[in-house]
Amino acid sequence: MGKVSVRFFARYAELAGCSWSAVNVKTPATVADVIARVREVFPGTKDLPPQPLAALNERQVKLDAQVRDGDEVALLPPLAGG
Amino acid sequence: MMHLTRDPLDIKDLLAEVQGPERGGTCVFLGTVRTDDDVTAIDYSAYEPMASAEIERILAEAETQWPTARVMLQHRLGEIPVGEPSIAIAAAAPHREEAFAACRYVIEEVKKRLPIWKKELHADGSPTWVESP
Repeated sequence: MGKVSVRFFARYAELAGCSWSAVNVKTPATVADVIARVREVFPGTKDLPPQPLAALNERQVKLDAQVRDGDEVALLPPLAGG
Repeated sequence: MMHLTRDPLDIKDLLAEVQGPERGGTCVFLGTVRTDDDVTAIDYSAYEPMASAEIERILAEAETQWPTARVMLQHRLGEIPVGEPSIAIAAAAPHREEAFAACRYVIEEVKKRLPIWKKELHADGSPTWVESP
């Protein structure tokens, strides 16, 4: 098992009810596995899109990116900077 | 210079970062909170460490592509009233072509890549998340 930090921002933080948490996942795991676990732990996140934007350790990644124990996964609503 | 700030943006400070005697063309882009559908302000939030790192990467890419240019940007966070800028970009280069091109590159990449979100605040107090830039 690995412990992964999860961060939620903007509308996703409202859905999750928090901006930071951690989930346990069976490793090896991908970002998609972490998101699947998040949907189980935080019922409000069932309204997340099927394939949300995600970052792993502060870099945007595809959902098949490999996650290790201690990593940080961030779920990013559609970007709206500027 | 910090790339993310909660204070009003100061264009003079930004210009001081890029201007120099060998750079004869300077281009400034300001993105300003506008009044759409009774919006009175926009509350900006960010994944701050990632946004700072991504800004560094974007500026480095611009200076690699236009090696004679110097480019700097600041993005303001928190509640910003209509009429005040949320982002300021300054690019200076020996000639205007590189200054315009570098400035344009940076704002377009910002729109695609920065983990920053907007919550519009309306006159009646209701908020709306902006999910398409």
